[in-house]
Amino acid sequence: MAKTLVEKLWSRHCVADLGDGTDLLYIDRVLLHERTGSIALKGLAEQGRAVRHPDRAFVCMDHIVDTRPGRGDETLMPGGEAFIRETRAAANAAGIRIFDIGDNRQGIVHVVSPEQGIALPGLTLVCPDSHTCTQGGLGALAWGIGSSEAAHALATQTLVVRRPRQMRVWFEGELPPGVGAKDMILHLIAAHGAGGGSGYAIEFAGSAVSALSVEARMTLCNMAVEFAAWTGLCAPDAKTIAWVEGRPFAPKGMAWAQALADWADLVTDAGAIFDKEIVVDCASIAPTITWGTSPQHALPVTGLVPDPAHAADANAAEAQRRALTYMGLEPGQALAGLPIDGAFIGSCTNSRLSDLRAAAAILKGRHVAPGVRAICVPGSGLVKAAAEAEGLHQIFLDAGFEWRESGCSMCFFAGGESFGKGERVVTSTNRNFENRQGPGTRSHLASPVTVAASAIAGRIADARALVAQPVEA
Amino acid sequence: MEKFIRLTGIAAPLFRANVDTDAIIPSREMKRVSKEGLGEGMFADWRYSDVANRVENPDFVLNRAPFRQAPILLAGANFGCGSSREHAVWALKDYGVRCVIAPSFGAIFQGNCVRNGILPLVLPEPEVAALVEAAGPAPLAIDLDGQTVHSADGRTLSFSIAPADREMLLEGLDAIGVTLKRLPAIAEFEGAYRTRHPWMFA
Repeated sequence: MAKTLVEKLWSRHCVADLGDGTDLLYIDRVLLHERTGSIALKGLAEQGRAVRHPDRAFVCMDHIVDTRPGRGDETLMPGGEAFIRETRAAANAAGIRIFDIGDNRQGIVHVVSPEQGIALPGLTLVCPDSHTCTQGGLGALAWGIGSSEAAHALATQTLVVRRPRQMRVWFEGELPPGVGAKDMILHLIAAHGAGGGSGYAIEFAGSAVSALSVEARMTLCNMAVEFAAWTGLCAPDAKTIAWVEGRPFAPKGMAWAQALADWADLVTDAGAIFDKEIVVDCASIAPTITWGTSPQHALPVTGLVPDPAHAADANAAEAQRRALTYMGLEPGQALAGLPIDGAFIGSCTNSRLSDLRAAAAILKGRHVAPGVRAICVPGSGLVKAAAEAEGLHQIFLDAGFEWRESGCSMCFFAGGESFGKGERVVTSTNRNFENRQGPGTRSHLASPVTVAASAIAGRIADARALVAQPVEA
Repeated sequence: MEKFIRLTGIAAPLFRANVDTDAIIPSREMKRVSKEGLGEGMFADWRYSDVANRVENPDFVLNRAPFRQAPILLAGANFGCGSSREHAVWALKDYGVRCVIAPSFGAIFQGNCVRNGILPLVLPEPEVAALVEAAGPAPLAIDLDGQTVHSADGRTLSFSIAPADREMLLEGLDAIGVTLKRLPAIAEFEGAYRTRHPWMFA
């Protein structure tokens, strides 16, 4: 019978059918970070339970670590140091490898894991972090869990999982210049709602997905959770294989040949049945940016803020009114041209080398507008080093951006750094929730090129004009 | 884990769609590597007009009679979306919430509830809306064994829940302990898996 990619991955990992649509799944890799992994390790130790395969678990310090140059364990987040030190001690006690502060491989867990070849096609991979779905971009079945489930996965190398419904989203056609994976996923969420993927595992397919780089596929999958999906993934192809080959933890030699043979079947069979299919015409996608406090509050950058008077129902109208008040916007107002206070490029969504290159192409020979605080945080120490090797850091610095050490940084506020109350920020991150980036901070989610173009204009800007007119050195 | 069998209590309406776990427990309220003492930070940005000094916002539902300390929340669709932080569930539990009724939940949040003795109860949106409309001092009675919600005006609503989740809550099971009983099956699977995918273990 024809099977979907998710069904194939599922059956490869099914240890036992527990009945009622629930299976015991084998887990190949467990990733942890100091924010939520610390308590999973602590809980296990308190219960006197061992980690079954410490060599298949990995810790990244990313959430709480400072990203200011010259950092150590000290952090601006109150109590943050304890998370770092307790995680380090617990991981060492359990024999789990750490990508720690001072190691140039350190970085955001969803950037580091693919970069190191820890995430690979065909694997199951979990982390107590909702953006674990990012790694589905490689053709892995990767999903976010809670700390208790992380402890379960560490102790048993399995998880009890309900079979998800299956959705396929076809992105067809050619993306216009200046439009990328971030715009694709924001466009999808705006069209179908932040709950649109609830209960589904989503395969992203179609000619536009094939045309995306592997890194851009990770951006696409990253925000599957913002669509309420259980996870998202893309079938591995020749691009994926080329991207994975030679990475430190990827198989080598004979094992590589075996892996290639094993991955050949990782596609959805013709005729396989999905519970739902959506087709998106990519030629019609514009640079997309959020106006409100949910990722579904997204519009073409040329759009007008909605009027709650025209909302679908009373509940939606109330949510829109709340969002407009929080964001300091009026119904019908144009998004483009809104003055901004901050610009942020980073996070597990958009902090890879290709993201930094795209932003740098806009920033080259230009300067951030007066009064705008602009920050770039590479996703890992290796991304930072690679960017510096090709001189990108100089472009960011010359343009007036801060150039940081890697980590999650100002994607969220935990009592440390923030842009400030009422400040308007264009950000390449994934969540525009109230107070996410700081008490009262107004976050507009967008692609790295839109962030760069807006930083230069000092206002929310359409990057397409600058993409078409690079400044030559 | 604490069992959940029956619960009778006041239900507080917080009927907004897409309430995220950042709102349930802001990141800055997660101060220690601990599950304890998070109740005070629950909904901090909505509950306090001055967060640092814990000055209550009188407009927030849980600061108003009769909803203060309500053990049941009546929530909107996709409740608990966003961050995986289990601290959101630990905060609710610490405050005294034992059941959240909503049209749908964020998947990770829903799983976290079940692992901490909180019932994530799914009802169709119109039924939740009707409960919100009737919310007041009269308690709701929830029976997980019978899978019913009784309202004070005499209506009975039935709900469905995954059998594994129901059992976990009713029995207060230790999920790791249950799976560890299957260790022989896991070991057998591992052996065969290794043979099928040798490259993973090279």
